[in-house]
Amino acid sequence: MVRELSMIEALREALAEEMRRDPAVIIMGEDVGVLGGIYRLTQGLIEEFGPERVRDTPISEEGFVGAAIGAAVTGLRPVVEIMYADFLANCMNQIVNFAAKMRYCSGGQLQVPLVIRTMVGHGRGHGGDHSQVPITWFMNVPGLKLAAPATPHDAKGLLKTAVRDDSPAIFFEPHLLYRTRGPVPEGEYAIPFGRADIKCRGDDVTIVAVSAMVQRAVEAHEKLREEGIIAEVIDPLTLNPLDIDTIVDSVKKTNMLVTVEYSPKTGGVGAEIAALVIEKAFDYLDAPIIRVAAPDIPVPVSPPLGKMTVPSVGDIVEAVKNLIV
Amino acid sequence: MALKRDDMLQMYRKMLEIRRFEEGIADLYHKGEVPSSVHLYIGQEAVAVGICSNLRREDYVLTTHRGHAHNIAKGVSMRRLAAEILGKATGLCKGKGGSMRASSLSDGVVYSCPIVGSNIPIAAGVGLSINLRGTDQVVACFFGEGASNIGDFHEGINLAALWQLPVVYVCENNLYALSVSQSRSTLLEDMASRASAYGIPGVVVDGNDVLAIYEASKKAVENARREQGPTLIECKTYRWLGHHAGDPGQAYRTKEEVERWRKHCPIKRFKRLLLSRGDVEDELSAIEAEVEEAVKDAMDFALKSPYPDREELLKEVF
Repeated sequence: MVRELSMIEALREALAEEMRRDPAVIIMGEDVGVLGGIYRLTQGLIEEFGPERVRDTPISEEGFVGAAIGAAVTGLRPVVEIMYADFLANCMNQIVNFAAKMRYCSGGQLQVPLVIRTMVGHGRGHGGDHSQVPITWFMNVPGLKLAAPATPHDAKGLLKTAVRDDSPAIFFEPHLLYRTRGPVPEGEYAIPFGRADIKCRGDDVTIVAVSAMVQRAVEAHEKLREEGIIAEVIDPLTLNPLDIDTIVDSVKKTNMLVTVEYSPKTGGVGAEIAALVIEKAFDYLDAPIIRVAAPDIPVPVSPPLGKMTVPSVGDIVEAVKNLIV
Repeated sequence: MALKRDDMLQMYRKMLEIRRFEEGIADLYHKGEVPSSVHLYIGQEAVAVGICSNLRREDYVLTTHRGHAHNIAKGVSMRRLAAEILGKATGLCKGKGGSMRASSLSDGVVYSCPIVGSNIPIAAGVGLSINLRGTDQVVACFFGEGASNIGDFHEGINLAALWQLPVVYVCENNLYALSVSQSRSTLLEDMASRASAYGIPGVVVDGNDVLAIYEASKKAVENARREQGPTLIECKTYRWLGHHAGDPGQAYRTKEEVERWRKHCPIKRFKRLLLSRGDVEDELSAIEAEVEEAVKDAMDFALKSPYPDREELLKEVF
């Protein structure tokens, strides 16, 4: 029987394995060392690898992300933790103007093997600046790889790939699924970037879900099945590179597309996927593309209001049924 | 070890190379050959040369939008630098970086960071990599006094100080950040006094005296090599020209001020010193002729070089 781990445990295992494999891999961030991370994700690593390689930083995102870039272009492979993805705004300059561009603008002289791990979509009353899922901020920045896993298995395999990749990557970890357990094989494996995973097979409608919404889309698949609708659920796993071919192939079969994310709808992941599908498979579409997403508002603290900013299983089911009926 | 005569002649050569190179680029800029804006270093030559004369080839430099000089002082090819500034395929960065990002990793110039202050934390990280790799390299990080007002200065130097990283931070105080003078940007007299906020040494030096800069940075470089942490050196100098080649630099400062500083030309000053110390007139003349020729050759090389092919466009994004 395959053992089950939480996503936190799977990510910790990936980090430990990569640090054992390659002495150039270091960890930096707020609370990552002595405390072991606010979710204990890096617990035990400072004991095994020491404070030089598992480095607590001051609250200084622009500073330590900049430092990680400098370390990355001169021989290290830093894995930086940004505690909440919202704080990526504090180091946007270093990420967008340097990490993403230094390879191209140096004519290929530099490589930036940097991973920025960050937690998205807190989902529990932390409010507008501690709850965002800002993946699309970075989809408009060439030069960054973007991964957004939704299962412990995918999280471990994708993080290992991110650490070994010579390009900068942002790794979005869904708080809603941090403690959800799932099968993770004992042996060594890595999951390639740019290859979507079909989580459920179906012929009636294609659902492309991102990050924590993958789990809800899978639950929606089960509910829809009870009503005789068989949805295909696709997790792109990485948004850059984006495996649009798998999505387009599915749409050619189902002729209908619903995207699901928990970022604001405007300029979201769904917008980009919808545009690509229209470019590549317009003639196959039998219905408008539906985007299920967060409303275009900051996330409010009040529980009933906050809950409404994250699409539910019911929202996905309803979107599909409106399309089909 | 004191500077030898040949070392000083080499420093004179480098300062002159920078001056003539910048004049050559200004000329090409005004002829419409330069695709970007260019931020010229004329008047500040003593700083790049004084600092880089303490560096080994394997040491690192991080510079800024005003970074041609640091490339030259670190030994980067003037031909390939000029070609980069013109956006040519033979440039250091294949023409993709241009004047403001021109750099040569194999010569130790990691990158030119054209967002003010951004190289300060990056330099700390290069220092961290040196520490963890266990080499005795050092990093010199150049920026203007304007950069000391931005957050990256604080965050970057704090990290370098906290982790005792082998970085020499060089604040080239040329008195103007864009059009805004130092006194209109901060109440502080000396940018080096900011070092005390991070618990590191801060040194003020005459930025037009190449030997004074050499001596001040020698100590800072030695400290960095011996894992004794970073130093902030402030070199007080002056930007003779505008912020960029298209800015006459007259609307926000007086002619008298500019003239006063031009009289303190760091190159003439060093030449007078060399002449006073011995019989070097012929050698200096020879250097002047050689530099003239080398810069002309670099500009010709850049002008004659082809632009990158279309195939280059999508390469090396990742």
